[in-house]
Amino acid sequence: MSTSRNLCKLLPTSALAATLAGCDMVVMSPSGDIARQQADLIIWSTLLMLIIIVPVILLIFLFAWRYRASNREATYKPDWDHSTTLELVIWAAPLAIIIALGALTWVSTHKLDPYRPLDRIDEERLVPEHVEHMVVEVVAMDWKWLFFYPELGIATVNEMAAPVDRPLQFKITATTMMNAFYIPELAGMIYAMGGMETQLHAVINEEGTFEGFSANYSGEGFSQMRFDFLGLSEGDFAQWVERVKSQGSPLSHSVYKALEKPSIDDPVRYYSEVMPGLYDAILNRCVDPGEVCMKDLMKSHHHHHGEGAGE
Amino acid sequence: MSSSFSSTTSSDPTSAVFGRLSWDSIPYHDPIIVGTFAVVAIGGVALLAALTKYKVWGYLWKEWFTSIDHKKIGVMYMVLGIIMLLRGFADAIMMRLHQAMAFGENMGYLPPDHYDQIFTAHGVIMIFFVAMPFVVGLMNYIVPLQIGARDVAFPFLNNFSFWMTASGAVLIMLSLFVGEFAKSGWLAYPPLTGILQSPGVGVDYYIWALQIAGVGTLLSGVNFVVTIVKMRAPGMTMMKMPVFTWTALCTNILIVASFPILTAVLAMLSLDRYLDMHFFTNDMGGNAMMYINLIWIWGHPEVYILILPIFGVFSEIVSTYSGKRLFGYSSMVYATVVITILSYLVWLHHFFTMGSGPTVNSFFGITTMIISIPTGAKIFNWLFTMYRGRIQFDVPMLWTIGFMVTFVIGGMTGVMLAVPPADFVLHNSLFLIAHFHNVIIGGVVFGVFAAIAYWYPKVTGYKLDPFWGKASFWCWLIGFYLAFMPLYVLGLMGVTRRVSHFEDASLQIWFQIAAVGAVLIGIGIACFLIQLYVSYKKRDQLRDETGDPWNGRTLEWSTSSPPPQYNFAFTPRVHDNDAWWQMKQHGYKAPREGFTPIHMPKNTAAGLVLSGLSTVFGFAMIWYIWWLAGLSFAALVICTIIHTFNYKRDYYIPVEEVEKVERQRAEVLA
Repeated sequence: MSTSRNLCKLLPTSALAATLAGCDMVVMSPSGDIARQQADLIIWSTLLMLIIIVPVILLIFLFAWRYRASNREATYKPDWDHSTTLELVIWAAPLAIIIALGALTWVSTHKLDPYRPLDRIDEERLVPEHVEHMVVEVVAMDWKWLFFYPELGIATVNEMAAPVDRPLQFKITATTMMNAFYIPELAGMIYAMGGMETQLHAVINEEGTFEGFSANYSGEGFSQMRFDFLGLSEGDFAQWVERVKSQGSPLSHSVYKALEKPSIDDPVRYYSEVMPGLYDAILNRCVDPGEVCMKDLMKSHHHHHGEGAGE
Repeated sequence: MSSSFSSTTSSDPTSAVFGRLSWDSIPYHDPIIVGTFAVVAIGGVALLAALTKYKVWGYLWKEWFTSIDHKKIGVMYMVLGIIMLLRGFADAIMMRLHQAMAFGENMGYLPPDHYDQIFTAHGVIMIFFVAMPFVVGLMNYIVPLQIGARDVAFPFLNNFSFWMTASGAVLIMLSLFVGEFAKSGWLAYPPLTGILQSPGVGVDYYIWALQIAGVGTLLSGVNFVVTIVKMRAPGMTMMKMPVFTWTALCTNILIVASFPILTAVLAMLSLDRYLDMHFFTNDMGGNAMMYINLIWIWGHPEVYILILPIFGVFSEIVSTYSGKRLFGYSSMVYATVVITILSYLVWLHHFFTMGSGPTVNSFFGITTMIISIPTGAKIFNWLFTMYRGRIQFDVPMLWTIGFMVTFVIGGMTGVMLAVPPADFVLHNSLFLIAHFHNVIIGGVVFGVFAAIAYWYPKVTGYKLDPFWGKASFWCWLIGFYLAFMPLYVLGLMGVTRRVSHFEDASLQIWFQIAAVGAVLIGIGIACFLIQLYVSYKKRDQLRDETGDPWNGRTLEWSTSSPPPQYNFAFTPRVHDNDAWWQMKQHGYKAPREGFTPIHMPKNTAAGLVLSGLSTVFGFAMIWYIWWLAGLSFAALVICTIIHTFNYKRDYYIPVEEVEKVERQRAEVLA
């Protein structure tokens, strides 16, 4: 680690070398299988395009040099402006690259769809049949992150943990502002929006403390809207859950209402138990008693319009 | 905590008169703004005093402000672009310095409140009030000359369009000293820009500045479509139009088809903010995703509105300085048309991360990649125009080579971003920031400077000094790579945009390199301004009497420099897409007799008055000064009606004067 850091300080003298050598380039060398496949795509698409980009750049310099006005040796054909063969090549060469890249795009976009449950843990291992996804419900608040673990009955603020190699299913929403849920080591980002739920499936393959944050500007406290994502062994994860349960307090309605107030640079908080249905109420914008939940409202609208509720 | 959560309503009796405006609206507690204000105020007063002292007000009013001459309006657009470039760049360098400092204990010198306004203002100004005026200014000056017309189809509308754009710029500048600007990012996504989350005047400044300037842009789009379709010289069929005119036509079609969407979406945001409606709110059935879709249905064509005319500029330049016909004219035209159509089918690539299904995402990813095919064809066409040419490396050609190399890199990173799963890790990152600066600076900005160097002698009658031009070019080119290559690296290190403070010290060196690059770009801008001054001083040495200093190919080079008010004494006949080149080949001699009086449109102050009233109306709406808003709106309607009764809109240039001008020109050429 320290050598690569030192390398980073030396390398800027040669920007090209730096990009190749990689200075903690988390996007290119992440710790989660999904992010790793996304990084591979970046490399493949770059290589495909370099097939055409490199010759073009070389030709620009070559022609600029060869046909400079002072070079009277070079052929000069002022009226030559058409060649069917050349035109065909000009259109066909980029077309061929784009067909290849388009196919890659279609396949990879379906395979790496964030809504698609994982079928593998990493390159070598498929998800074993009896293993279920661990669900984490994520709420982007102003300006902190609230995580629910519905299967464990706990919740946390600004810290999230997951067992290594366990498939994860994130359900993501927001209270007010639109944010993006992003842990570069784990997987690509997805927006968090009020009244709506997005999903992300991912897996972390290495132990460690990784950075998570909002990647979509959301106002004053945005820059501090960061959290630690802990990749833990099964044993360490169980201990972490115990710690949350023992150190935390219950997340009641009133505690949530206090938490909901905008705040910046919040400390980590643990909640040992959670008011039933809180995530669902946040998502449907009916945390306060008397508010009609959006899902119920939409259902009643369907009935009014005689379209039927069934879908 | 912050003032943005305080209540907006006030029971203060002065609010009936001044709305939300009070002494507290003046940010006198912020030393940076006060300093800026002092500089602007002193500079402004000095400028006004100088104008008064040298008695140029009358001249400016008669010859420029009220002029409906497309050439003068074009120049005014360019001047507006240059002034706003200085403001936009000041914002850029402030961000670069702040991010280079703000690590760990050091919080930088800009509080988030100020930093957020700066990145918003930077984006808005650079797109709407730098790039757009530059592009529209170029089209204004060049298109009528290239098609052999005496003016645009609707000369008054043209003047009005300029002043509406200027009015938007005035409102943005005003927001610096009275109140605040939006803290929302340049596209003002709700719900952040809703009244609950942004109760201040910033978003309202944003809305009204863009709405007023948008009227100008839309009208100028209509104007140019009609001009190009209806006013071409005889013989100039569509497939004989110069490529710059072709790209201008496509750009203006894009403007006409896309700007109404911007107007509508901002109107809906205004209804949410002013009348408590719920188009884009989280509650009551609103949905912000609709805003994001609509703004990008305008926003993506917008980037092609900027780049297409620049493709036209490079086509003209590469062919002129290679002394050769443009390779593949028709494939160039078809490529432009294909890009025009495709630019409407890609908007969703700006938000692959919003949760669309994989089929929708791949569709938009693949349409985006398809755009790179005609764009690639264009690059090849320029390349093969150079092939077997005799390339003169004047300043415009340097910009062109710089553009070609830089733009293909930007194109490549753009296609990487078009692969949805790759975009999931690159979206909103500094990689994205590097990409779009790569194509906008490497494309639009380089193109504008190339165009200025290329057509400057046409406008003024003397060339620009090449030494300072080359200095500016090299500073911009090297500065660009220094400023933005580190951002690509930072993007791959997982750093995202609009962050005002960092903890990870290993990032800092990259931000520092980027800041050095920004300083170099600043020197490039300074060299450009010095170039204007030095060239003016040396204008007698640099003078071009021929009107055709580069051995040009299109009709604008057939006139004197600067062209007479009426452009062409006789409407030219066109036989080739390089009309002037063909005329020269056939030993064309300008006619010496047979002149007739020339019918011309007359100057009017109506555009200036209407835009002034629009500025007042916008300001009143921003500050909730309802009586003033009502009054200025009524005045706006009344003045428009009065203007329709102005029948003294045209006049004839007497034949004697035409003869005199043409005789002088003949004497100079002889």
